[in-house]
Amino acid sequence: MLMADVIAPSWDLLADLQLLFALHFMRNAYLAGTLVAIAAGLMGYFMVLRAESFAGHSLANVGFAGAAGAALVGLPALAGLFTAGILAALGIHLLGRSRQRNDVAVGAVFTAALALGYLFIHLATSEYAANIYNTLFGNIVGISDGDVTVIAWTCLLIVAALAVLGRPLLFASLDPDVAAARGVPVRWLALAYLILLALLVAVAVQIVGVLLIFALLVTPAAIGQQLSARPAVALALAVALALIFVWLGLAVAYFTPYPAGFYITTLAFATYAAVRVSRLLPQRIRALAAWRGAA
Amino acid sequence: MATSPFSPDATPAPEDATAPIISVRNLSVRLSGRDILEDVSLQVWPGEFLAILGPNGAGKSTLLKAILGLLPLASGEITVMGQPARRGNGSIGYVPQRRHFEADVHVRGRDIVRLGLDGNRWGLPVPWGSHRHDDEAVQRAITLVGASAYADRPIGRLSGGEQQRLLIAQALVTQPRILALDEPLDSLDLKNQQGVARVIRQISQENGASVLLVAHDVNPILPAIDRVAYVARGHVAVGKPDEVITSETLSRLYATPIEVLRASDGQVVVVGQTDEGVSYHAHG
Repeated sequence: MLMADVIAPSWDLLADLQLLFALHFMRNAYLAGTLVAIAAGLMGYFMVLRAESFAGHSLANVGFAGAAGAALVGLPALAGLFTAGILAALGIHLLGRSRQRNDVAVGAVFTAALALGYLFIHLATSEYAANIYNTLFGNIVGISDGDVTVIAWTCLLIVAALAVLGRPLLFASLDPDVAAARGVPVRWLALAYLILLALLVAVAVQIVGVLLIFALLVTPAAIGQQLSARPAVALALAVALALIFVWLGLAVAYFTPYPAGFYITTLAFATYAAVRVSRLLPQRIRALAAWRGAA
Repeated sequence: MATSPFSPDATPAPEDATAPIISVRNLSVRLSGRDILEDVSLQVWPGEFLAILGPNGAGKSTLLKAILGLLPLASGEITVMGQPARRGNGSIGYVPQRRHFEADVHVRGRDIVRLGLDGNRWGLPVPWGSHRHDDEAVQRAITLVGASAYADRPIGRLSGGEQQRLLIAQALVTQPRILALDEPLDSLDLKNQQGVARVIRQISQENGASVLLVAHDVNPILPAIDRVAYVARGHVAVGKPDEVITSETLSRLYATPIEVLRASDGQVVVVGQTDEGVSYHAHG
């Protein structure tokens, strides 16, 4: 996350791009960021539709316990993230049978995992503190070639799974009762979605960290849905926005002393706020005009 | 009745049809240790409009869900078009009892209707596939329920009546032989209740589809229905509205004195006592 020297941009686009991709770790960062942004944009669309942002947020926090536990026993962080995420997805699925009870189940699993993570940090040595910081906020410049391979396969799996499950998942997300009556396995799809989400969160943690994961999962999808009511268009917008946030965030972080996670999240939030305001403002102005007209 | 928009004469009389499209024989359903339905038998004929009536919690939705194959049967059997009832039967279009779509559901009504056609198919729609054909089927269903004007708006922004019409279009898009509707008129205002009831009637006449409609108020649909199945205390009385919604039949069904009052405009009010004490089922 720390860039030793701040590199000044030349403001010559081509030269700057060459500078940006000159270093191996930046190429890895862009590769991993691009893959995760595509998968997150797609998964986020369904997350917003299913009103499961709390589950996504919780799976990310569970990942923190997994990463801390893995470090304690000397395993790679990704192994801990995958294991904890999938276990939590199963736990949420088994405990929460309805949408209302789901929130309670998610909360219960999430808090238990946080407590476990807290214990793991307590048991760990002090040199581990930096690792925790990376888990919480991401460490995009520390992505190895091996990490890129794992991220690539995971994202490929998620995109392929969504290509197969997409339509029934859309049906089950919007209208579970009718979908079930038409023979869609609603419960199995819910579990499959949570497991895919756990996998995505595990690989996305390296880029934005568990605390900032919303920037890639929820915000682009929420903006996409604001801008279009056509599922295909909204999905494409969510992916495009996630890509723009990651690409710009990485570039700006490279030329400034501040971390990429901050820029990616801030860009996402600023865009979301701008879209909301631009949607609300015309209504307000019309309301004000009507009020003035009446007065 | 003379000013009714429906024409009961145009419907085929149940006796004319040769075989029932749905046959329920000696059905019992137990849910979480409680007997919901006991020894229920009824038949539904092709093109028939059957209303499933009764007080809240009587088992109306349970009967509908059993026919849809969504519930395990304790005993008895249900056949739909000669086959045992099963989940995912494409010949039944289903509109479940529901609350409305949240205002922030930002998906077009047209896409919701389309899910009725391809929402249960795995995989992505291929560009060289039968898009035109599917698009036409979706538009036909939307036109049929009179929702063309707002089908491209986000469903969360539509009124209850508009949402209900689109959900009926979703159930219709596969051109099912049977339309199963669970309280589709609930939470609609009177004008919309009549509009939606008229659409359902028209569809059953034009497509020859049988309609099973669960309602707790018979009045908005009284001009449209052929027969009623009145559910109370786990039992069912079936017949023409005039035969079933009477003081005698309902008193026997509830096993307690029930009085059926008829207003001069044909509206029906059921007054009586049930096991739970004094209750008043305002069917009007």
